[in-house]
Order: sequence, then structure tokens, then C-alpha cells
Amino acid sequence: MLAFLIKRSANAVFVMLSVSFIAFMIFRFVGDPVDLMLNEQATQAQRDELRIRLGLDEPFIMQFGTFVSNAAQGDFGISFRNQQDVLGMISERFPATFELVIVATIISLVVGIPLGVITAIRRQTWYAEAMQFVSIIGVSLPSFVVGIGLILIFSVWLGWLPAFGRGETVQLGWWSTGLLTHSGRMSIILPALSLSLFQITLVMRLVRAEMLEVLRSDFIKFARARGIPARAIHFRHALRNCLMPVVTMTAMQIGGLIAFALVTETVFQWPGMGLLFIQAVTFVDVPIMAAYLCIVALIFVLLNTIVDITYAMIDPRLRGAEK
Amino acid sequence: MTDIPAPISARKPKSRREMFFDSDLWWSFRKSKPAIGAAIVLLLVILAAILAPVLSPQNPYDLASLELWNAELPPVWMEGGQMPFILGTDVQGRDILSGILYGTRISIFIGIASVIVSLVIGVLAGLTAGFYGGWVDNVLMRLGDVLLSIPIILVAILVTSVAQAILPPQLREAGISIVLVMAIALYSWVQYARVVRAQAMVERRKEYVQASRLVGTPARRLMLNHILPNTLTPVFVAATLNFGLAILIEATLSFLGVGMPPNQPSLGTLIRVGNQYLFSGSWWIVLFPSIQLCILVVAVNMLGDWLRDALNPKLR
Repeated sequence: MLAFLIKRSANAVFVMLSVSFIAFMIFRFVGDPVDLMLNEQATQAQRDELRIRLGLDEPFIMQFGTFVSNAAQGDFGISFRNQQDVLGMISERFPATFELVIVATIISLVVGIPLGVITAIRRQTWYAEAMQFVSIIGVSLPSFVVGIGLILIFSVWLGWLPAFGRGETVQLGWWSTGLLTHSGRMSIILPALSLSLFQITLVMRLVRAEMLEVLRSDFIKFARARGIPARAIHFRHALRNCLMPVVTMTAMQIGGLIAFALVTETVFQWPGMGLLFIQAVTFVDVPIMAAYLCIVALIFVLLNTIVDITYAMIDPRLRGAEK
Repeated sequence: MTDIPAPISARKPKSRREMFFDSDLWWSFRKSKPAIGAAIVLLLVILAAILAPVLSPQNPYDLASLELWNAELPPVWMEGGQMPFILGTDVQGRDILSGILYGTRISIFIGIASVIVSLVIGVLAGLTAGFYGGWVDNVLMRLGDVLLSIPIILVAILVTSVAQAILPPQLREAGISIVLVMAIALYSWVQYARVVRAQAMVERRKEYVQASRLVGTPARRLMLNHILPNTLTPVFVAATLNFGLAILIEATLSFLGVGMPPNQPSLGTLIRVGNQYLFSGSWWIVLFPSIQLCILVVAVNMLGDWLRDALNPKLR
């Protein structure tokens, strides 16, 4: 177990080092930071002084070392565009993204699990087939098109729900939440729906596949023979045995959702980290781009590592199965 | 010793055409309604895109043909709609249908190009890794692991935006489609490489490869002529599904504003531009390109789904 833990953590550290190397390389690719920070009239002496102050005279590998150790302490420098602390700007936007992702995840579970169970136990019916067919379409629809469609129907034509922004927010310590106000709750519906659509189809297909497998097993036959009502068999006994992979997939997908939320945030002008990132991209504001990349990758890698380790704790067979 | 049956090679050989129509694949295709439907739709979309200059009433790139008094016309079936603008016009008086046909062209072109590039990179990397093993294998696969452990959309955005920032201005417009192709390929080669590598590792231990090696066949020919053909089935499935994914990523990037520029719009760019007029009541500017994009991607994915099942020996 200890060997597995070390191996898995070393792997995570390796990935994070590579990601921060990519982030570091963006800085170098985009151009000389001295040119970006000083205007054209600066003298050579000023340039040299700034170069030394920024540590740019040191060898490449030392610069990378400084970058990593600063990043590990949360210091990503200041934004080129508005001279603010990058980490502060991102953490200010984090609650909006996080709430969006959590609500989308809840929607996908609440909708996806029952749909998966129904399509599994009513496999031959026309509506189960139809749902299976629709799920292929659901996987293929681009998320931003879904968002635009929702805005068109519910905001422009019906006028029921707001199409952009987060509504009113309430400050709880450093965390700003939109879930406590009416306008905040109305505002989160459309973005969360559009973010969760892909997720719903994933959960539904996974639950269906797992259910079909479990329903064939002996203990379900036994339960049927004992005369336990079908509803209890399906939803209590069978479903419970399907949930483990669903939980795993959901946990792993959260990292991906946080990254993918940037598309949804752009469509709905949702003031989260993703929107900040896209704005930074248009202005080539490299410190924000680099910090966002590192933070999202960190969440992604951490979640995957934790899921892997929990799995190995539950199922000892996996400990030796590292490739 | 006189009545030896004719050797197999002496039977009347089947032409390629007959072999195709006799195959399991064709049989399974004819049995699958969604596959036939998707194939017909895809064929129509591609034909329309190829014939765009003939079919479309207007050349959307020719600024001289745009008339401002034709701006923001609704589709013909609505009040105020005019022929030949069947699906209406945008704010510059550009015909939506023509824009869509030309945009589909660009989307399909980028999709195909990125599939080809990633296929070549992935197959070569996978073959080398699987055939040689050792440190080559380690380096290549680790590189792939790292790429896959960053969300795909981030990789693509970062690559395109950085490339745009460092390209000299005069190359930026011409180079952007190449940059997009590279960004998409950078991510998707890993998938092909993994598939090919797994298969190559199995194949290289088989007797026919050993025998060929004994005869002194050089490694390059062993890989390309003997091992590669045996890895192609899963690669083919992956390529179809990746084609859909590539179109989606390109559309998403263009929608986010880091993809194709407005003067050579793909479907994603059209949607991005149209999205600005969502609230001014001109919903047709954004709706029709969105529908076209969905039709295209859904058709490709349905074909890919069918192909995956049809070529999967376990499901036969």
C-alpha cells in the first residue's frame, strides 16, 4: 500500500511539474517580459536593472526553479493588464465557478441516475430506446450551442430566466454565494443546465450499463424468487451496487467540468475563473493564463489521485495493478 | 499425385468491389438504420460544402456583393424575408445560407486536416514505442500521459493563443488554420499512439514478425508493412470519432474567439458573431449555423458509434 501511495503521488508531482513547465514556457514564448513591462524609451541601464531584479539574468533552470517555488507558495506575480495580484483575482472568481460546477453535478446525478435505471429496466420499450438514441445526440451537441439554445428559448422568447451574470450575491467571509438570493438562484439555472447536459448523458449511460450487468447476477434472481417487489429490487438492491463507479466518475469529472466551465461562463457571461481566463487570453495577460492553467491542473490531478488512492484502499487488487 | 485441388490462388479472384460488398461491415451497415441515415446526412452536408460556390446565392467573402439595405433580413417564410436570402441575412447583409455553406467547408477542412496530422504522428509514435519498447516507449507514453492529464480545451486554447501572439502579423491570418490543426492534433495523437502501441506490442512477438526478422527485414519495413496493417481497425474507429471531436473543438475555439477570424469564418465563428445579436431579435443569425454544426457533429458521431460496434469482434 505504501509503495502504491508513493508511486501515485510521485506521478502526480511529475504531472504538476510538467504543467508548470508548460506554464513557464508560455512566458518565454510570448516574448521578453522586459519589453512587455517597460516602454520603448527605456534606457539600456534601466532594462538591465529590471532584468536583474526579475531574475532574468540567471540560467534557465534556476528561473524555472524560482517559478515553481513561487507558484507553490501561491505567488503567480501580478497581472500585466491591471497590475493586481493574480492569485487574489482568481480566488475572488473561484466561488462562482465552484457553485456552477457543483449545481451542474447535482443536476446530472438527480436526472441521470433515474434515467439510467429506467432505460435499463425497461430496455425493450420505445421510450427507453428513444432515450438511448437521444443520449448519442446529447453527447455530440456542443456545449455552447446548448447554452445559446437555452438562452434563446428561456430568456429571449419566453423571458422566464436571466441570460447572463450571477444575480445578487451574498458575502460569507471570503466566499461570495449566489445561492442565497432569489435572483442568484434564477441566474444559475440556465448555465448549470447547459453545463450538466453532457454529464447527464454520461451518468445515464454508465448507470444503464452497470444496471444491465447487476440485473443478471444471482443475488437479484434470488431476490426475485423471494418475492421482493420489483421497485425495491431495482432501486434498493440493484442500484446500490451500481453507484460506486458513478461516484468515481463524478469525482473525476469535476476537474474537467471546472475547466470546461469556461465555455459555459463565456456564453452566460458568468463571472467565474473561466471568464477571467478567456479575457486574459484576448489580452495575452500571461500571468493569469499561467496561474489558471496551474490551478485547474492541480485540482484535476488532485481529484484523480485521491480517487485512485481511495479505490486502492477499498479494493486491494488494484494496488499491484499499476502499469 | 494427379488430382490435387486447385490452389486457392487459382480460384477466380474477387475484385475489390466484390470484397467490399461481401464484407461483414457492409452487411452490418445495411442492417443499421441510424448508420444509413447518418451517412446520407453526412454525405449531403459534405456535398453541399464542396459545391458551396455553385449552390450559394452569394459569395460571402466578396465584400462588393454585400448590400447594406439587405442587412438583418429574416428568413423568407417570415414577414419581410426576401429571395434569394432563404435563411435571412446578417448585419452586413451577408446571406446566412451562403455563410453556412462556406463555414461548413472550413470546419470540415480543419477537422480532416487535424485527423490526418494526429493520425500520422500518433501511428508513428505508437509503432515506435510498441516496437522498440524501453526508454523510447517510456518517454513517448509519459508525454502522452501528461498531455491527457490537462483538460483538452485548455491545451488547445493555450497553444492557439500563444501561437497567435508570437506569429508575425502578416502570417497570422494565413497561419491560424494551421495553428488550429496543430493544436487539435497535439492532443489527439495520444489516443492513436496508445491503440497502436498496445497492438504493436502484441504483434511483434508473433511468429510471422519473428520469421520476417530472421530473413533480415529492416525494422522500418517490419513496422510499416507487417505490424501497421494489423493495427488499423481500432485506429479507423478512433479516427472517425476524433473527426467529430476535432470539428467540435475547432467550433468551440472559434466561438471563444481564439479560432478562425471573422473574415474566414468557420461555423463556430458564425455562431460567435451571431451570438451578439441574440437579444436584438435577429435570432436567425445564430440559430441556423448552430443547427448546421449540430447536424454535422451528430451525424459523424453516429457513424463512429456504429463503426465501433460493427468492428468490435466481441459484439458480433
